[in-house]
Amino acid sequence: MEPLKKSSEAEFELQNLIERMRKGDRRAVARLITKVENGGPEVSKKILKEIYPETGKSFIIGITGAPGSGKSTLTNQVASEYLKKGLKVGIIAVDPTSPFSGGALLGDRIRMKSNFTNKNLFIRSMANRGKLGGLAMATKEAIHILDAYGSDLIIVETVGVGQSEIDIFKSAHTTLVIMPPGMGDEIQAIKAGITEITDIFVVNKMDRDGADKRVNELETMLDIGENIVVDQINHNVRIVKSKKWRPPVIKTNALSGENVPELIKLIESHREFSKTSGLKKKRLAYRYKHYVVDIIKYFQNKDIEHLIFSNPKINDFVDQILSYKTGSDPYSISEIILELFSKRYFS
Amino acid sequence: MGKNIRCIVAKPGLDGHDRGAKVISRGLRDAGLEIIYTGLHQTPDDIVESVVQEDPDVLLLSILSGAHTVLFPEIMKKFKEEGIDDVLVLGGGIIPDEDIVKMKEVGISEIFGPGTKIQEIVDYIKGHLKR
Repeated sequence: MEPLKKSSEAEFELQNLIERMRKGDRRAVARLITKVENGGPEVSKKILKEIYPETGKSFIIGITGAPGSGKSTLTNQVASEYLKKGLKVGIIAVDPTSPFSGGALLGDRIRMKSNFTNKNLFIRSMANRGKLGGLAMATKEAIHILDAYGSDLIIVETVGVGQSEIDIFKSAHTTLVIMPPGMGDEIQAIKAGITEITDIFVVNKMDRDGADKRVNELETMLDIGENIVVDQINHNVRIVKSKKWRPPVIKTNALSGENVPELIKLIESHREFSKTSGLKKKRLAYRYKHYVVDIIKYFQNKDIEHLIFSNPKINDFVDQILSYKTGSDPYSISEIILELFSKRYFS
Repeated sequence: MGKNIRCIVAKPGLDGHDRGAKVISRGLRDAGLEIIYTGLHQTPDDIVESVVQEDPDVLLLSILSGAHTVLFPEIMKKFKEEGIDDVLVLGGGIIPDEDIVKMKEVGISEIFGPGTKIQEIVDYIKGHLKR
């Protein structure tokens, strides 16, 4: 009886928070994000079922780049421009969790001080809690919560990334990759990874030596890419792009704000392009397809051990494996078990 | 997954000495806590707004300027206005003994002065969380 009561109490609490969020209560928004951070998919499930019809309205900008490239400062500048237009802006800033202690030092807010008390702005710092890929496990859910809360714009700032952290692409409508001068040569620019998910390249710290060289390298990389025609043979394409959008390269100084209004124009033109070309819809379809697979994997994984271990048949299978005969290797046995599963689920 | 203790470390007022706040932040990080460091020169409004948005379990205020007698009560007053009653608030820095009672009266749970061991703060936090 006790656990049952507890779970209905927890559900009542979530319901209450959602109601408060609908009335614009910022503390309820914050608490809901804490709930998805701590509670994982079991809690996210309850919240998303409730708020999902209220989402899908925010424009989501992703900002990624190496540590110290100016992500937080640029995030603040971009947010300021949209706040000036009277829009409601949400920021999710992700920083890394220590693999040693499990602790984290989240310092992105420091760069956003100038807007702290603007009631149209909601900033949330998140530790990635060991998740690779540049975002935290609960970032997607936090985006949905800020979306339902009524944010016109949500800026997601990733942890400082290297070359292959491309999760942001699965969440943002428009992705900015910051490439400051003085880091690597033109070979870095033609490598795979984050250069491929870019909608707009930002060469930040334009006042430093090498900024123009950086721009040239990126433009050259884009030129090379445009002239290559090869068949896409990978059916599990991880990136949805349009050949019609050549990522523009823009220099900025996030500290002084130089060129930020021009950057906003580029963001807005990509937003328009995505809408009219159908790119946005394609990306969303891709994303939610993967989101569903991730959710199924999570719940399936949880179930599967229990299902297999609690079934006495598993011992027969293990005996077969231990016989070392043809067709009794662990892969063949797993295939047989998978077959049994699919019959159970889909017949 | 599971609960991580979230803390905000804030420097209210005009005092620019943040070595202590950084040491505390680093120490708590190493103890496995999540620290949101908000930087120097925070007004009570800034701090309360950060608490509203970040939903921390703990707020740690570091001050060395002597203005705690004004700023701490102001922050706690704004907490009341916002209805925030489940955040543990701690103070640190240079706070004379005779002020400690007054600070506790306005709702600061404990004051940690110079020489405090980080582990002492960690233990206190873990023993006094309000939710």
